[in-house]
Amino acid sequence: MEIKIKLNGRQVAASVEPDMLLIDFLRKQGCVSVKCGCETTNCGLCTVLMDEVPVLSCAVLAARADGHSIFTLEGLREEASEFVGFIADQGADQCGFCNPGFVMNTIALLRENPDPTDDEIRAYLAGNLCRCSGYDGQLRGIRTFLESRRGKA
Amino acid sequence: MTENHQPNRTYKTVGKTFRKKDSMQLLLGEPTYVDDITDRKDCLTVKILRSPYPNAIVEEIKTDVAKKVPGVAAIYTWEDVPKNRFAIAGQTYPEPSPYDRLILDRHVRFTGDAVAIIAAEDEKAAVKAMKLIKVSYRVLEPVLDMHTAKDNPILVHPEEDWFPPLPVGGDNKRNLVASEQSGHGDVDGVMADCEIRIEHTYHTKAFNQAMMETFRTYTELDRYGRLHVISSTQIVFHVRRILSTALGIPKSKIRVEKPRIGGGFGAKQTAVCEVYPAFVTLKTGRPAKLIYTREESQIAGSPRHEMEVTVRLGANKDGKIRVLDLYTLSNSGAYGEHGPTTVGLSGHKSIPLYTGSLEAYRFCYDVVYTNVQAAGAYRGYGATQGIFALESAVNELAEKLHIDPTVLRERNMVREGMVMDAYYGETANACALDRCMARCKELFHWEEKYPVRELGGGKIRCAGVAMAMQGSCISNLDVGSATVKLSDDGTYNLIIGAADMGTGCDTILAQMVAECMDCELEDVAVFGADTDVSPYDSGSYASSTTYITGKAVEKACTDLKQQIIEVAAGMLNCPAAELSFSGKGVTRMQTGEFVPLTDISYKIQLNSNRSAIATASSCSPVSPPPYMVGMVEIELDKLTGQVTVLDYVAVVDCGIPINPALARIQTEGGLVQGIGHTLFENVTYDSHGKPIENSFMQYKLPTRLDMGHLQVEFENSYEPTGPFGAKSIGEIVINTPAPALAHAIYRATGVWHRELPITPEQIAMGKE
Amino acid sequence: MLTIRNYVKAKSLEEAYELNQMKTNRILGGMMWLRMMHLNVGTAIDLCDLGLNTIEETDDEIILGAMVTLRQLELSACLNTYTHGAVADAVRDIVGVQFRNTATLGGSIFGRYGFSDVLTVFLALDTEVELFKAGRVPLAEFAAMKKDRDLLVRLIVKKKPLQAAYLSMRGSRTDFPILTCGVSRIDGVYRASIGARPGPAVVVEDETGLLAGEITEESAAAFGEYVAETIRTGTNLRGSAAYRKHLTKVLTARGVLEAAAQ
Repeated sequence: MEIKIKLNGRQVAASVEPDMLLIDFLRKQGCVSVKCGCETTNCGLCTVLMDEVPVLSCAVLAARADGHSIFTLEGLREEASEFVGFIADQGADQCGFCNPGFVMNTIALLRENPDPTDDEIRAYLAGNLCRCSGYDGQLRGIRTFLESRRGKA
Repeated sequence: MTENHQPNRTYKTVGKTFRKKDSMQLLLGEPTYVDDITDRKDCLTVKILRSPYPNAIVEEIKTDVAKKVPGVAAIYTWEDVPKNRFAIAGQTYPEPSPYDRLILDRHVRFTGDAVAIIAAEDEKAAVKAMKLIKVSYRVLEPVLDMHTAKDNPILVHPEEDWFPPLPVGGDNKRNLVASEQSGHGDVDGVMADCEIRIEHTYHTKAFNQAMMETFRTYTELDRYGRLHVISSTQIVFHVRRILSTALGIPKSKIRVEKPRIGGGFGAKQTAVCEVYPAFVTLKTGRPAKLIYTREESQIAGSPRHEMEVTVRLGANKDGKIRVLDLYTLSNSGAYGEHGPTTVGLSGHKSIPLYTGSLEAYRFCYDVVYTNVQAAGAYRGYGATQGIFALESAVNELAEKLHIDPTVLRERNMVREGMVMDAYYGETANACALDRCMARCKELFHWEEKYPVRELGGGKIRCAGVAMAMQGSCISNLDVGSATVKLSDDGTYNLIIGAADMGTGCDTILAQMVAECMDCELEDVAVFGADTDVSPYDSGSYASSTTYITGKAVEKACTDLKQQIIEVAAGMLNCPAAELSFSGKGVTRMQTGEFVPLTDISYKIQLNSNRSAIATASSCSPVSPPPYMVGMVEIELDKLTGQVTVLDYVAVVDCGIPINPALARIQTEGGLVQGIGHTLFENVTYDSHGKPIENSFMQYKLPTRLDMGHLQVEFENSYEPTGPFGAKSIGEIVINTPAPALAHAIYRATGVWHRELPITPEQIAMGKE
Repeated sequence: MLTIRNYVKAKSLEEAYELNQMKTNRILGGMMWLRMMHLNVGTAIDLCDLGLNTIEETDDEIILGAMVTLRQLELSACLNTYTHGAVADAVRDIVGVQFRNTATLGGSIFGRYGFSDVLTVFLALDTEVELFKAGRVPLAEFAAMKKDRDLLVRLIVKKKPLQAAYLSMRGSRTDFPILTCGVSRIDGVYRASIGARPGPAVVVEDETGLLAGEITEESAAAFGEYVAETIRTGTNLRGSAAYRKHLTKVLTARGVLEAAAQ
């Protein structure tokens, strides 16, 4: 079937199988930042923004995304660049495989709640698994970013 | 002592925090992993048909119907593969692990064992074909209980061509992978003389590494017709050797490289999936890719060895621990990968913690085959299992004697300068364990948090403690190497065979180059790992990269500096001895004449018979242990059994941390994995011996809501044999959570839990 | 592996209903659960274009469309004001924000899953489901009905005077619950809904008036005992029948005290 998706701000038309998952569609479109970690909607690695809302692209059909806007990290690198350096300063990027999903959901968090508390950060990102970092380094990175932003404001 | 071996020297680059060199690529989602960089259109998708039985013989296998599925390129069965047995454990040749595998074996030995390889144009066709393969199995009775495996009449490996490259006490006709006894002193005599004896058995499960990127390998024939393997592996050189043995082709025909790796934690120290696509590519001539599903990673991966460690501890009433006697029963599962070696650490990396008072020790073990998923290497590598057992037993002793467990440890712990009989007679040349304990107590507020505090409503707060050690390499065995070369503009290339799996070794090794060559970190470009390009390195495991490959980097830099000086000597027409190297160039001390590094590098390229490239290898006769202390505060709900981790404080002695931020993240990540194994992650089997926790829906990794607040500090020691005084950090950090949490839970409930994980149900219902 | 031959965004409930009468066809819901099935679906029917993703409040009802997401439930001011936050408490630990952004109310309720926090919390309220053919049915009745091929269109929560609390017991925080427990007082009568028994949630009312008098730790515990004796629990990977009985007592008693304090 034919679908039209606004992918990273650009109209994309494609022919897809009815059971094609959005994650597979996106990777085929070259958005390989989108990763699969579990196949059971538990890991958060495949997070993308659908109409501004973070969703698991492994649990959305490409067909359902027809007519919608999808952003992957490929389309949000500028926004991500504002804070990912602070994660890197903590060394919390580690293996990096969970980073794109984590970064996408952090973007969603900060758009929805520009000044979250530590508990709000933990709650919002709870669906993003990371096996390397132990999570606290990611939290410190976001916290340092927020403080530096507040300092500049 | 060479120039860098000064404990109090301050460094320019070493010992400082820098971002990982690949940080921005990873954080911005650039294509860096196996599946991101291998998108040839003609690539075949490889799938494995797996056995539904834990022990069976493939009587007949019909693939004709499946082969007719449109898009299926090939299907291979046991009849199609070479008949030479091999081991997939990534270990130095000759491997301690037995050669007990074929690419496909007619005898399948665990639920999930490979039965057939399917190669198709896409996944849909491969999956469809898989369902159409007709297999008749002769189902055999399995050995599922490790307690009855040894000398069981049912043999997991009855084959005559089972082959152990090294004598490790194994015997396939007894279901034994390995067996050994060691000791020192009069164990029975001292035990009889002790005022207090404690004896308990502690059980840990086959926990899964659960790295976010599952096992995966891409293979193709390169432009020279050689087998080019791009794999998510920690051990490129071992993979090359394993493929050569398994496929029966020379190593010169194989090139193995690893791009970025999405985590390993030891799982990728075994060539879990490489042979399958490699076989497909050799047979078809086409590119092939195998990406394990999460379920395959869970049921046919390479998890921790399930172990039961029985501790017999003898002490005096004053808390002096005089004798330790450990017996470990280790479950290797269906194949022997890492079986003979992991088990050793359960004793040799736990008992030496009590060198301070120990008069005698004994350590015996059996490693058995059973018909469950084969185990392998996982961060901690047996030490974790042994330390859970021994540290729990010591906590039990402290509680029995009503002695503060930190005080009890201070009376018995290993201290700098002591000879550790149970650690191959090595001397603790750098040991800050005592300072770790003192600092941890202070940071944690031990005096305040150790007492049991009732909050009302069935809620209790209390604390637990544990110590740990590990090694920094496999002594007299691991080889690390580095090549450092001078580039045109006075910058450097560092080429390694060790594998950065996210830990940051590319960066810390580059920091060492920058320190040695007196340049900026950004002036060092790193490349690794590729068997065609990298100098030989055993790979990244056994906590060895910083310590062993780091030393090789230091040696290579020393050599390279001398080469640079000699080129300058030619340019200045003077003896090399009159010259000295600085980061910017070479100076003739008497005259002040100066040749900039860029001029030297261009000189090498013009009318020159000299090069500026140095390769060095390093091996160590010792494996200096890092040490640490962990303390945990929990809140326990006696009514529901819920354990909430509030605070975890860890103080680590890893020698000198080369990059403190990365060392800290290693520690935090290890702690959270340990918390997961203790409280959430379980491995149970169905009646076919298949792990029930076969997905992240059932195998529950800790989330960021499950681990409380972490605090990590370092107490430095100076290891004279390490690069810049460094020891290791990667593995030790996983060892304290289990015993510390079990201790805290006992404090709250009065019940010792000696099996992991400790579930809310066991706590609430008072089950041990 | 899930395979789907056709995909249809239904234009009307009638169309969706007709398509759904074929046994091989499936309503997608949020697709969270369907995604994991090894199933060959003929036509996947998507209700996403039918305007069922709204929460409306009238004087005496809160009306929730079947395609309302769990995240909408979590953030709904009217729903959480009315339930004293019990609905938000019920959904906030379900996997993660991204999951809750696509998982739907209709999918959770229609599946009548044993583990469902959503079913549990709405059973603690005075809730009806609106089915396309069968019309309005009390949720408790619907929960006990055999699955058929009707369409779940909306959930209607009656706004009667309410005290309510929601508790669950989980291993790791975002895991499936070991036991779920909603406690409410509607029109002066206490009830508890217990789910993840591991079977689907069931409701127990305070028929014997254990909580008719003053709410004390003792009376709350007595009601907990009563609920635990009344319901049936079973054993699965996450807990034994005995532990679930025990948790029923503990969580119900705590729920009563929490609700009574409102």
